[in-house]
Amino acid sequence: MSNKASNKELVNQKRRAILGGTAAAITGAAIAPGVFLTETAQARPLDEPVNGKIRWGILVNTNNCNDCNDCVIACQEENGWGIGSTDEQKSRPDQKAQWIRTVKVTNKKTGYTKTLPMFCQHCENPPCVDVCPTGASFKRADGIVLVDKHICIGCRYCMMACPYKARSFIHEKLTDQRSYAPRGIGTVEGCTLCIQRVDNGEDPACVVACSNSLIFGDLNDPDSEISKELARNGGTQIRADLRLNPGIIYQGLNF
Amino acid sequence: MNILHLLKAFLITGVMLMATAVSAEVPLPEIQTGEGNCVEPTDIMRKDHMNFIYHQRDETMYQGIRTSKYSLKQCVSCHAIKDDQGEYVRANDPKYFCTSCHEYVAVKIDCFECHADTPRSTDKHELRVNE
Repeated sequence: MSNKASNKELVNQKRRAILGGTAAAITGAAIAPGVFLTETAQARPLDEPVNGKIRWGILVNTNNCNDCNDCVIACQEENGWGIGSTDEQKSRPDQKAQWIRTVKVTNKKTGYTKTLPMFCQHCENPPCVDVCPTGASFKRADGIVLVDKHICIGCRYCMMACPYKARSFIHEKLTDQRSYAPRGIGTVEGCTLCIQRVDNGEDPACVVACSNSLIFGDLNDPDSEISKELARNGGTQIRADLRLNPGIIYQGLNF
Repeated sequence: MNILHLLKAFLITGVMLMATAVSAEVPLPEIQTGEGNCVEPTDIMRKDHMNFIYHQRDETMYQGIRTSKYSLKQCVSCHAIKDDQGEYVRANDPKYFCTSCHEYVAVKIDCFECHADTPRSTDKHELRVNE
């Protein structure tokens, strides 16, 4: 234990050295980016931990969604699953990786139809986290729900618990993963909200591919574009009756 | 056979046995790494590299700290080597900078079942880097 603690201290020392060597420098560094943070909500320095002040979310305007699949392709390219990857060759289509998919919803009585992208809803109270026996499923301070694949045992309980079918399991050995999106056999995976991009101060790949109908931003910040749009036109959460409070909010689902 | 002959025979057998023992030893690994110095002195890295990576892993995963100094990605990015054809050596190859030593000490690592074993070869996206 003491060995581990001393290593941790060593890491901290190195980090302090990077920051400038003195405690005063650390305070100064923390204030300056903090000010920047409130401006763009995306300027967190690489060595600063995420905090709970931010709640990331995506607003999906299904009125502008038109079956194009661009969000799915952008996600596949960014995170290295599906088309063009070394993904599961032997699996059935319903077994394959599926971080994001398009779903067509129809009111059978009126015939009113809408297409919408469905992916991890990054719930405030995620059932996948509740059921995970090892603690691999977790929610980051800024509301992003992830799988720690280092401790995931591949039991797939989270897949059963998720009402949105947002997670998939990797059955086969993979190679040539993206360096920023590790994924491998025997673990469960799902949308990470492009955590590598978000930590980098960028929007998720699907939002970049479809700025027409997707808005990414901080739900806790009343001045963010997403909050302003929600204040103007409102939105609905899918299966809001489950009280999971998803961070993904939809517009135009007035069945 | 007199006692001298017997002694001689023993000595020869002994020397032969020793020679076999030496040649049967596993040769020391030849660790080839690409350009770039390690982030810590060799003796510290030898003992603690797994701890550095382990801490960084959790801090990146749970807190979003993405400094590159102790990240696995940074190890690969500097230390990965290319073969004679100019292709990157993969993690399952005994020449790979981790595998050469890990095979010698018989410690199995599964980092590269999920993580990329070559530097940004398939990435579509360049991330911020700070040292």
